[in-house]
Amino acid sequence: MIGLLVAREVRRALGASAWLPVAFFLLVATVVPFAVGPDARLLARIGGGALWIAALTAALMPIERLVEPDRADGVLDQLAVRRIPEEVVALAKIVGHWLTFGPLLLLAALPGAALLGLDGPLLGRTLLTLTIGTPALAALAVAVASLTAGLRGASALGGLLLLPLAVPLLIFGASAAGGEGGALKLEAATALFLLAGAPFAAGAALRALRT
Amino acid sequence: MVDVACWRGGRLLFEGLSLRVAPGEGLWVRGPNGMGKSSLLRIAAGLLQPLGGTVSCSACALADEALALDRELPLRRALGLWAALDGSRHVPAALGALGLAALAEVPVRLLSTGQARRARLARVLASGSPLWLLDEPLNGLDEASVAAVAAMISAHRAAGGGVLVASHLEVPGGAWRTLELAA
Repeated sequence: MIGLLVAREVRRALGASAWLPVAFFLLVATVVPFAVGPDARLLARIGGGALWIAALTAALMPIERLVEPDRADGVLDQLAVRRIPEEVVALAKIVGHWLTFGPLLLLAALPGAALLGLDGPLLGRTLLTLTIGTPALAALAVAVASLTAGLRGASALGGLLLLPLAVPLLIFGASAAGGEGGALKLEAATALFLLAGAPFAAGAALRALRT
Repeated sequence: MVDVACWRGGRLLFEGLSLRVAPGEGLWVRGPNGMGKSSLLRIAAGLLQPLGGTVSCSACALADEALALDRELPLRRALGLWAALDGSRHVPAALGALGLAALAEVPVRLLSTGQARRARLARVLASGSPLWLLDEPLNGLDEASVAAVAAMISAHRAAGGGVLVASHLEVPGGAWRTLELAA
């Protein structure tokens, strides 16, 4: 059952605009050198953080299409009639969303790192932190999408909700990418916390949507 | 459903309502707009918590206003997703029963209003559920489709299935017990 739901999420994301967050990610990575200048040493120093900011803004893009279309079209109601727990629906959405968001973003981080002139070890560390961080970003996006579904100005509100919640992840992720020793463990702990909590928060929000 | 009360939008729609749909039985909920017919169906489906009372329901299938089919998929596959979740294999039969067989490979977004309305009934038929909850099943259907719906309901009831329908139109498909919701 959950496999069917995950497959549906993946199919819908690929059919819609899975490349859009990735394009946005690359765009932000491209803009950074224009803003701070072509100093290679400076770029290499802030590069990991810049990629993290790019990933965070890219995570905002799909919020609108994650839950709201299913609510408007009665799909969530039909799932509820079938007594499929909302938490399972949320988990399927998180997994499906990450599958179309995380790997593509990691791939795009390669040209992104080239644009910022990151060297090999730094790139490796950044990719590692993004691998750990993107599932948590996907989980947050689904939770926030569930909370804001059906509201006016949902996408702006979603951004306002998601960014503060992602700040701990950003702090630990970016400093781990910069080579801070203990930060990687803290990032992993934060990601795990978000990932474990999000299905329940999103599930409660989906239940509340019906009344 | 015993002694159910429903509170929506700051007012009491109904209270002390008890009903039961036995196998093979059809119950027709009628009444003017805004009296809570759709809310009654949503309560029966377990989507809405009643203000009071208890609801127990066997596995049911709901056709409400929403189509709930993925618009980019061909109709057969869009219905197939729900049938797979229901563990049923009745999609081809359901398409045939509602005269949609020729449209099986047409993407859902290209269906006309009437065809989409039949498609949402096909979703219920394909579910293989013993209890159907139909909200205004006849809206927007032509005569041939109404006949198809009548045949579909009679066959379901003959096979021991129950039907709870909310409609302001006369519903075909056998003898109905009626429940009038009024102010």
